[in-house]
Amino acid sequence: MHLAYPLVVASLLFSIGVYGVLARRNAILVLMSVELMLNAVNLNLVTFDIWWRDRLHGGQVLTLFTIVIAAAEVGLGLAIVLLVYRNRQMIDVDRLRALAEETGGDVRGVRGDGEGESEGEGAKDGDHAAVVPSEGSTT
Amino acid sequence: MSGQEIVFTLLGIVAVGSGLLVVTTRQLVHAALWLVVSFGALAGGYLVLTAEFVAWVQVLIYVGAIVVLLLFGIMLTRAPIGQSMDLDSGNRWIAAGVAVATAAVLVTVLVMGFRDAHTPLKPGGGSAEELGASVFRTWVLPFEVLSVLLLASLVGAIVLSRSDIGPRLPGRAGHPGHPGRGGRGEGDG
Repeated sequence: MHLAYPLVVASLLFSIGVYGVLARRNAILVLMSVELMLNAVNLNLVTFDIWWRDRLHGGQVLTLFTIVIAAAEVGLGLAIVLLVYRNRQMIDVDRLRALAEETGGDVRGVRGDGEGESEGEGAKDGDHAAVVPSEGSTT
Repeated sequence: MSGQEIVFTLLGIVAVGSGLLVVTTRQLVHAALWLVVSFGALAGGYLVLTAEFVAWVQVLIYVGAIVVLLLFGIMLTRAPIGQSMDLDSGNRWIAAGVAVATAAVLVTVLVMGFRDAHTPLKPGGGSAEELGASVFRTWVLPFEVLSVLLLASLVGAIVLSRSDIGPRLPGRAGHPGHPGRGGRGEGDG
């Protein structure tokens, strides 16, 4: 069997996974695309194991390990996605831009200050006014 | 073109086509079901490549466990059944360009690099007996480390999904029963 057939299939699957990770908005669809990329890697591993006729079967054993790691990854990823859904009521990866949860007034004030810094120097005064009363409320 | 290559080409077309449908369909549940088709075709490809144990593990874990887990995730996030228009983000054409560039580079490099690489397919190289012997003889230490990894991810998933434990917020240190993070989550369930 010519080695190009499984290699071409694997690279096409990998690039489909790249497209899915970049273009999809739903976090579960992003996880599915990551699974597609992992499957492309598995196909490459099996192909080169067959080609080298490895007596230790390193490629196929590593494929089994990759499958197990993918199962662990998708379990943890779904737990994170469900936690995000519980806190935000949506799992759009485009709209998840904040690095801190909005749990109280103090956190929101800090977050507004961070956005003002990213916008530029001109917004400093308004943000400072927004931070000061929230600091007063926490102490 | 031998018979094995024809069968593998057909299975590869099925795998790549259903993978394309996974990333382009407008229905979430259909994406998970097309993922089943893609993984099944890849398992058939492993069978053609004489890696039979990997093929059955692929069917058991990917089709049996991971897709079911993804379907549970779709169900628990209350995804809309039916067509939803906002599954693709605005940069899908940039993403398509990046994907086409990746495919071009990978296919060119691999086809040019392995142009005259032929391998005869002998059955029996990937049977459960051979793989079990090499897992438990040569690769037994990574196997045990992998079990520790699975245990760690199990504990991590439990810690992430339980809502009554978590870091205590500094402002609410006086109420240990309501740590603030799971307050809304308990109301949802």
